Formats: sequence, structure tokens, C-alpha cells
Amino acid sequence: MARSAWRVAGSLPPRLAGALWFGAFLLPVVAWSALSYVPWLWHPQVLIDHAGDSVYAVDMRVESSAFADAVVQAQRSGTAAPRGDRVNPVFLPAPHEVARALWTGFTTPPLRRGDPWLHESIGHSISVILWGFVISALIGVPLGILCGAIPALSRLIEPFVDFIRYMPAPAFGALCVAVLGINDAPKIAIIVVGTLFQMVLVVANTTRNLDRALIEAAQTLGASDKRLLTRVVVPGILPNLYTDMRVLLGWAWTYLIVAELIGASSGISWYINQQGKYRAYDNVFAGIIIIGLIGLITDQVLGWIGRFVFPWSGQQPSRPSQIAFAIVSFPLRLPYIMLMLARKYDPKAGQQ
Amino acid sequence: MNDAIQERFERIAARPVVLDVRQLGMSFPGVGGVVAHALHDVSFQVRRREFITVVGASGCGKSTLVRILAGLTGHTAGEVLLDGKPVNGPGPDRGMVFQGYTLFPWLSVLKNVMFGLEMQERGHDQARSEALQWLELVGLGNKAEVWPHQLSGGQRQRVAIARALAAGPRILLMDEPFGALDPQTRANLQEHLLQIWQQVDITIVFITHDIDEALWLADRVLVLQPPDAEHRGGWLREMVDVPLPVPRTREMVNSPAYRAAREHLEHLIHPPRAAAAERLPVFKMTKAGDEVL
Repeated sequence: MARSAWRVAGSLPPRLAGALWFGAFLLPVVAWSALSYVPWLWHPQVLIDHAGDSVYAVDMRVESSAFADAVVQAQRSGTAAPRGDRVNPVFLPAPHEVARALWTGFTTPPLRRGDPWLHESIGHSISVILWGFVISALIGVPLGILCGAIPALSRLIEPFVDFIRYMPAPAFGALCVAVLGINDAPKIAIIVVGTLFQMVLVVANTTRNLDRALIEAAQTLGASDKRLLTRVVVPGILPNLYTDMRVLLGWAWTYLIVAELIGASSGISWYINQQGKYRAYDNVFAGIIIIGLIGLITDQVLGWIGRFVFPWSGQQPSRPSQIAFAIVSFPLRLPYIMLMLARKYDPKAGQQ
Repeated sequence: MNDAIQERFERIAARPVVLDVRQLGMSFPGVGGVVAHALHDVSFQVRRREFITVVGASGCGKSTLVRILAGLTGHTAGEVLLDGKPVNGPGPDRGMVFQGYTLFPWLSVLKNVMFGLEMQERGHDQARSEALQWLELVGLGNKAEVWPHQLSGGQRQRVAIARALAAGPRILLMDEPFGALDPQTRANLQEHLLQIWQQVDITIVFITHDIDEALWLADRVLVLQPPDAEHRGGWLREMVDVPLPVPRTREMVNSPAYRAAREHLEHLIHPPRAAAAERLPVFKMTKAGDEVL
């Protein structure tokens, strides 16, 4: 008898796993809808539609208790009572409003001419993130691997990196602007500062966790230090390194919010801030959800790709999945296929 | 011991020494400045194409010994000579098969076997054909293109043997290579190993804690003992010549010579203790009504 999935160390049937995955998204939406559409749940304010003889004006939002007092007072003094509907505060828009905002956000031109459209803001954010992350990885991954593989380097580099890691990246904002100006460079720099130092430590740790016996086996087969690094350490940690990068990419998004408030404001978090100033909270939620969706989709896609890139880890992707991957990756594999074909049909190759 | 066996030992004794271990000692700083001793004054010689097994109770330094021979651990006294040259650091002249599974999971079985050959700058095509021959030798020629995780434990160790042999070592070190396998697979692999040893010109030092395995495989069994009052660190108690003809068959374990040797080893490794007088159980596990009277 399989242990229930709801108990410690229980077993999770795939169907339930799938259902729970949807539930993870469905439950918050259901809770949000309940708060928004069920009138007696929360709704702490009243939106005035008839001011009557009260001091309130139409479209004002009033605390329920103050409104009740005003109604009682009006009845006592015999004046016309204000009327209104119970509503939620302006910062909690209903799901359908946010859903509409997700659509209109892309179709409405910016309020001020010359400001970017929403899709331009998103594109800009993604490019800032990618540049920051790529620069970070170009330095952090090799440094982390060296630290993890060579004990002396670990001792020389990691304590200081650990020290910098505790300094909040936003604290470097003013410095970045002073050194790099006000365009994208300081934004990218903030993301690099935020992720690079974590990356060195995380990658070093992943490298250290590689089974020592694999390195020893390679040593007894005559591998030099250089070969140990390139032929054993790097391929050995690759699946875990890939997972690390997925986690760290999530961190990069956190620093993006800070980065985009530095120098000239831009990008998706600028959009969110701007909409907040206009008190357009449906757009604010739409912006936040867009960031979440980009993150979720990126991570799922990377996870899906991971299963094909590391076939030795034992996860066999499903057949339709394999076909989809073959199609998607075809342009990338094309040069390699051409090379193989050229080699196969090269008359000179046979003579060698 | 009959004449044929005696003659075989004389033939072995006439062969050149491959591995010469002289007064080997190993101690390392332990917790709180206490020096921990692993090996004390171990000396022995292994001749060409000899099959040596090392047995001993746990804590006698078997694994430390083989790791020193492989160059994976340093030593603090004495020396290890391979073909007369001192060993320092690991190298392809001493192949090693580990107890755990150490095939590279990101390489196919064939690429695993090719690894040592490629480290020696053998061209890809030559490495490939040599590796295939070694895979054939261990009976896994048909598994060349699969991933290690698709193999059973016994198959993985066979590939590990092929991988170690492909690198062309002078001596093959095996650190309890069959320790994690079930008894059936283990017996199969023992026979397989002897078959390989018949076909390949290789000297083997094999660590085990299983007396039967040690006796059945080897020409000579080294018995290591844990440290005691006189010996700081594991020490070499005795070298036992195995009085069985080659090639070995399973029936030989029933021969009087084998039984005598086995009893002798058993006695060395697990000295008999005076049987304790029967006492009443200290922890009462019985419920009312099912007392044993």
C-alpha cells in the first residue's frame, strides 16, 4: 500500500502531481476571486454613488465604519443619507480587471508621447537581465569551478567574495551611476553585482560536491590537472551547474527591480512604478504578473531543455517531447549536421 | 602441498618483482593533535602476473594500503617501488577498480573505456578499436553505446575493469571491487576476473574482507591485522600461499587443502574467544503468557 502523498515521505502519483501543479495556481486565483466577487468577504470600503447631503462626493472611497456613522447621523438629522456599494481598496483590483489590464497594457499607447510601450519595456528589461546574467556567468562560472576544484584558490578567493556577498547590491547603485553613467550600463552592473558573488560561491560548492572517486578514477587513468578540469570536473557538474543557473536567473530578476530605478528609469519595473503613480493598480498587478510569467516560463523551458541536454541523468523525456525538441533545436543543430554530412561525403576523408 | 603446486610457486618466485613495498608506514594527524596510525612497517613483494589478495578485519588499513599503492594517499615511512622506481602520485601504470561505481556517468560505456587511452594521446579511431576489444574481453561488447546508469552493478564493475586495463597498467589494484554486489553476481565476477587474468598479462593486488574470495582468487593471501600494543597501525601478520592448482574451479573449495588454509586464515583474522556463560536476558521482550521457561 503506497503511503499517502499528504504524509511525511509519502509517494506522489503522477496524476495527483499534475493536478496539484494546477492547484498551485488555481487556489490563489480562487482566493483572490472570492475576495473580489463575494460582497460580504472583506470589502472594507464604500464607493459613494449618491452623496446625499453628506460631506462625501461621488466616486469617493470611504471606510465602512465612517460610512455607517454618516448614514446614522443623516437619519437622525433627517437629511438625505449617502448611498454607495461596498468595495475593496483601490490597491486590490478584481481578477477580471487585471486580466483586462494584461490585454490593454499592450494595446494602449503610453500616456506621454515618447515613453515606451509595455512590450518595449519588457523587451528592454529582458535585455538588461540577459546582459547582466551573461557577464556574471562569464566571470562567475569559471571562477567558481576553479575555487571548487583547487583548495588554495578557494581559500584565497572565497572569504572575500563571501564578504562582498553580504553587501546589498542596491548599495552599489550610486557608485555604478558615477562610474558608468545613466544608461543601461549601471543597471547591468547592479545585476552583475547582485548575482556574480553568489554565483561564485554556489558554483564552487557544486564543484566541491562532485564525487571525489570520479576524480580519483580519472587520476589513475593518467589524467593531468588540466584534463581533470576539462574532462571530469566540468562535465561532471554540468547538470547541477545548469540547475544553479536556473535558480540564480531568478535572483537576477529581483535585482532588476532595483536596477531599473537607477539612472534613467526604464523597463518593466519603471512601468509598474509609473502605473502606481497614476493609481492604476490593475496595471501594476498586470506588470507584476508579467514578470512572474516570464520567470515561470523561462524556468520551465530551461528545465525541459535540461532533460535533453543531459541524457545521462536518467530522465527519459516522453516521445512527443523528444519530437518537439528535435524541431525546436533543429536550427541550432543544422551547422553540426552539415559538418557531419560534409565529412561523410568528402572524397578526401576516405583516403586519410 | 603437491608437487605441481610447489613447482608453480617456484616458477612465480623466479619471475621479476613488479611491486616492491618496503617498511611502509602511514600515520596522519587526527582530531586534537592525536596522531592516527594506519599502517606500520608493511613489506612485501609482488612478482609478474601474480594474483595477490589482501584480507583483514575492518580497521586494519587494507584500503589505506591500496590507496598508497595507487598514489591517491601519501605515506609517511618506507617506500613503494614499481619496477624499481618509487611511486609518488597516481598514474596510468597502476590501474584501479574502486568499490563504488566510478564510471563517468556523462560518457557512454565505450567512451568510458576510451578515457584512459585518450589521456595517452592515442588517436580517436585507435582508442575506439582498442576500447571495443577490451569491452569484448569483459563480455560487454554489445553495451558499448549505452549510458552507465543503464547497466547493472556487476556490468558496471566489468566496464570499470575494462577501463582500467585499457589504460595499459603494469599492475591492477582492486579495492573490494565486488563488495557491493549480491552473492550470485559476485561469484560470477570472481570467475570472470580469473578468466581475464588468464588472458591478460597483468599483475593483480585485490583487497577484500571475504576470506573465501581471498583464497579462491589468489596465488598468495596477505593477512593484515589491526593495530595492537606492539604495532602502531595495521601490520602484515602473514603471507599465505594458496595450495590450489590453477585454473581454479568451484569444487576446489571442498578440498582438504582449501579447508585447512581457510581455517588458518579464519583463526588469524577472527581469533576464537572464550564462549560467555549463558545468562538471563537483560532486556525482557516477552509479554505475559509467552515466557520462555
